[in-house]
Amino acid sequence: MDLTYTDEEEEFRARLREWLASVLPGLPPKPSPNDWPGRRAYDLGWQRRLYDAGYAGLHWPADAGGRGATPTQHLIFLEETEKAGAPYVGANFVGLLHAGPTIAAEGTPQQRARWLPPVLRGDEVWCQGFSEPDAGSDLAALRTRATRDGDHYVVSGSKIWTSHAEVADWCELLVRTDPSAPKHRGISWLAMPMDAPGITVRPLRTLAGSAEFAEMFLDDVRVPVANRVGEENDGWRVTMVTLSFERGTAFVGEVVACRRVLGELAAQARKNGRWDDAVLRRRLGRLNAEFRALWRLTQWNVSEAEQAGGVPGTGGSVFKLRYSHARQELFDAAAEVLGVAGALDTDQEWTLDRLSSLSYTIAAGTSQIQHNIVAERILGLPKDRPGQRPKDLQKGGR
Amino acid sequence: MRFQLTDDQRALRDGVRDLLAGRFDRDALRTAVDTPGHLDRALWRALGDAGFFALCLPEADGGVGLGLPEAVLVFEEAGRVLLPGPLVATHLAAGTVPGAATGEAVVTAPAGELLPWRDASDVVQGDATGAVPLASVDPLTPLHKLPGPHAPRSPQAVLLTAAEQLGSATRTCELAVQYAREREQFGQPIGAFQAVKHLCAQMLVRAELARAAVYAAAVTADPVETAAAELLADEAAVRNARDCVQVHGGMGFTWEADVHLHLKRAWVRAGTGRTARETEEELAAAL
Repeated sequence: MDLTYTDEEEEFRARLREWLASVLPGLPPKPSPNDWPGRRAYDLGWQRRLYDAGYAGLHWPADAGGRGATPTQHLIFLEETEKAGAPYVGANFVGLLHAGPTIAAEGTPQQRARWLPPVLRGDEVWCQGFSEPDAGSDLAALRTRATRDGDHYVVSGSKIWTSHAEVADWCELLVRTDPSAPKHRGISWLAMPMDAPGITVRPLRTLAGSAEFAEMFLDDVRVPVANRVGEENDGWRVTMVTLSFERGTAFVGEVVACRRVLGELAAQARKNGRWDDAVLRRRLGRLNAEFRALWRLTQWNVSEAEQAGGVPGTGGSVFKLRYSHARQELFDAAAEVLGVAGALDTDQEWTLDRLSSLSYTIAAGTSQIQHNIVAERILGLPKDRPGQRPKDLQKGGR
Repeated sequence: MRFQLTDDQRALRDGVRDLLAGRFDRDALRTAVDTPGHLDRALWRALGDAGFFALCLPEADGGVGLGLPEAVLVFEEAGRVLLPGPLVATHLAAGTVPGAATGEAVVTAPAGELLPWRDASDVVQGDATGAVPLASVDPLTPLHKLPGPHAPRSPQAVLLTAAEQLGSATRTCELAVQYAREREQFGQPIGAFQAVKHLCAQMLVRAELARAAVYAAAVTADPVETAAAELLADEAAVRNARDCVQVHGGMGFTWEADVHLHLKRAWVRAGTGRTARETEEELAAAL
């Protein structure tokens, strides 16, 4: 067990810090949360700077245009950029963390050449067309149909929770290509151009008031067969490749940010007199233990991934379960620090964060689904088989 | 950075697990429960021979010369099997109290307002004036209560106790999962029901978070990390034992099931040293 970094890793960190210090003061102020074109321009502008400095696609394999960095180097990158207050990956999230790595792992040479460089350069934005109104956590129940017509698929259906749909150039789309196959088979992974005729995007307003994501309606949209990544009807396996990337690295920077917020809460409480409240103090002390441990768990998981050749392990589900709830507790504590009026004021950043934190136990697999994953895949408990229960149980309660 | 067990550390952990499986199995545990206050001196010597107490003593002084991370792994194993005795105090007395390192002497020390295993120990390190016997909730830990103000425990004592709590939390999670896979109700193992499944998943999450904190504190020896480890390990041990009772249902409430022994020991360990309130205050002050 070793928590010291190698000379090489420390050198990487020092160079990164130096670069961040030189580039951050020149950045324009962050855009308003609801201005999509503004946010796109801002986020891609940051991606372009990363690209020019050689930090784009740090964790991507070198033959896909990335830096082939180790998981520890990626951890350092996320830690330092967050500490320095650098912009978040933002509109480039799906391209950089989902679609890109999937295409790098599963795409043909032509597909890699077409789609990967624009993501790294910050020229094109991707969105994710996975979830449907009736297929959220039960993703394999999706119904959007794609039927072959010559060298095109004709796609009809609807998608939901599609972040950045309004400004995306491409969509990583899951479609059902064989309706007669069992639900996990018969799914294909397509890259759909967002300017194709037949696509309607309708923004969805979140409970925090922001337009984070959208509904997407697909009406006979023609997608070239050449845009399919992986074999026809093999999309579920390709999707699992995508999701393992999502859970592996998505929250690293956020834990660093939460630890910073915790320090700010203590400073604010000392300033406004709330620090005299022993119950609040103890809550903040407990959160200090939690977020320190979550950061150590992150380092543990990254080290484990490094030993396993870069593949994220099951520790991601354990982490996400605790982190998503701890984040909600953190911003509940922030509301206490702000006091009654402050906690109800949506001009306060912490109030908006408190509202947004409600999504963490739902997005990327609800806590209930994560509990099942931990119990079944890590602890080896049997699967629930509702269809095979005794008849008297199924009738129970009616 | 490689925050994982090294091959040597894995081998050490596995070796201690084998030793304890051979010397302190379930029969030995129940025998110990049936003979309150009696400390098995032959077992204590065997632990001494295996280097349990001399682990962190420099090789020049006849010890094994390992560090806090290795000690944490060893005490985690002790916590798994509910090994009785003043293990932490004797371990920390190696090199200062004659015979402690080899397991010839049993050494105890005050922990907060409590003094465990006074009558069975050869040496009490610290002031035990005015100690009165207490009817201990844990049949495996005889206790005396001390009057007056108490000296704080050393960071090593705090961390090794947290490591025992971690071992217990991991073990009760395993016991619950094992029972949930075997016990059938309504035509299927109870572990297939989400209500039970989710209890088990939460037990693992608690144990793994505590593990990250305990191991990190062992590597850094930082006081705030140690406080975090103490808080999370106490909570994991107590709450996992309670959930383990719940998963076992009526059987969990009987004396025959081992899980109540884990809960009672977890309570005693959490009660020796700082209270959760004091630990939380320290963690808040560090913000």
